[in-house]
Amino acid sequence: MHYELIFKHWQLFLDGYKVTVALLFVVFSVSMVLAIILAIFRSSDRSALRHPIRGYTYFMRGTPLLLQVYIIYYGLGQFESIRTSIFWPLLSEAWFCIALGLILNNTAYLTEIIQGALREVPKAIIEGAKSLGLSSTKVFLYVVCPLALRRSIPALSNEFIFVMHSTAVASTITVVDILGAGRKLNASYYLAYEGFITAAVLYVSIAFSASYCFRALEKRYLDPLS
Amino acid sequence: MNDAWPYVPYVLAGAKLTIILSVASLILSCIFGFFSAAARFSNVYILQRVSQVYVSVIRGIPELVLMLLVFFGGQMLLNDLGELTGLWDYVDVDALSSAIFSIGFIFGAYMSEAFRGAYLTIPRGQLDAAKSLGLRPIAYLWLIVWPQFFIHVLPALRNNWLVILKTTAFASIVGVHDLVWRAKGAASATHNPFYFLVLAALVYLFFTILSERFFSYIQGRMKRGWISI
Repeated sequence: MHYELIFKHWQLFLDGYKVTVALLFVVFSVSMVLAIILAIFRSSDRSALRHPIRGYTYFMRGTPLLLQVYIIYYGLGQFESIRTSIFWPLLSEAWFCIALGLILNNTAYLTEIIQGALREVPKAIIEGAKSLGLSSTKVFLYVVCPLALRRSIPALSNEFIFVMHSTAVASTITVVDILGAGRKLNASYYLAYEGFITAAVLYVSIAFSASYCFRALEKRYLDPLS
Repeated sequence: MNDAWPYVPYVLAGAKLTIILSVASLILSCIFGFFSAAARFSNVYILQRVSQVYVSVIRGIPELVLMLLVFFGGQMLLNDLGELTGLWDYVDVDALSSAIFSIGFIFGAYMSEAFRGAYLTIPRGQLDAAKSLGLRPIAYLWLIVWPQFFIHVLPALRNNWLVILKTTAFASIVGVHDLVWRAKGAASATHNPFYFLVLAALVYLFFTILSERFFSYIQGRMKRGWISI
């Protein structure tokens, strides 16, 4: 056991921790917004809107995240047209590729969760709101959406932990997140497990505090419904 | 692109290892899940606690972290233990078995919850009814618990199987020569990364579709003759 090396490199783990937490929050909030929009389209009556989104979520949920990130990071650079486009300065950065990959992947899962919750809002409530004279935009904004979001808190909590697991993929494309810090120590000092155990402890601490916050949200927003 | 074609069968051959890895991990996860769920239902307090801690801690650790920990740390731990107890000599842990062990261990925690949930749906009154009919415990488990348990555990089994299938992609990082590892190899050899990585992704998609069909069929069959599930 060489834990003194871990303490000597605490700065590395702190930086990694910041990267993981920043990635987690950016990815989760951006994909939450995108997913609400896509879920509305996904439950629309027009099949021209519904089917492409269904295809997108199916592909994203049916293939490994690691491959999706590799396709963005290694794959896109193959094409001359992309290398000369204005997006290349961003797409050649590892941190942008991992954020993009995680957002695309997580949006697909969130879309399915929110779409399911939207579908389960009782018809009687919608009709009641309409009979009060609310426009369909207002019915959605003030009645359907809040109710669906409250009902999906437990699923969102699971999804948040899942995104946290996914952020570890960042270390495979050279971003130094929590796991990246552990792998760095593993590579430079041949520490077999100390770095990974430290990483695991840090991840568990994030997961436990996230679970705690989501339970508080549930108490505040979900329990009054029943 | 023409000189890239010979690599296509090479990449596709990696599917064999992906499937072996997934199936072995699924079986191992069921074993871990069974023991963990059994511990949770036991009357021994310490066993219940161990099972609870196992489930909640595993949920908090990313798959990749545990796989690297087992791959790099597992061999050292085994050899240290062997030296300490004198029970075995130097062992070499290969990438495949360490990947199977870690994926099985991770999903054992999820299986444990699934098994527990499915078992809890069976009303207690059935045990009393079985006893009053004079059924032995083994007959009760096999004839009454098992058919109901299986039908309730199927949706979770399907979910876990689909997640396990995709998690095996991480095995390429510890050096298992699976689909992803071969696709990456072919990508750098031919300078056609996009096509080979998409090819590998399509193979995963194919397996996902196939598995969903299979599970829908089984679920449809199992529901035959049931009034309500």
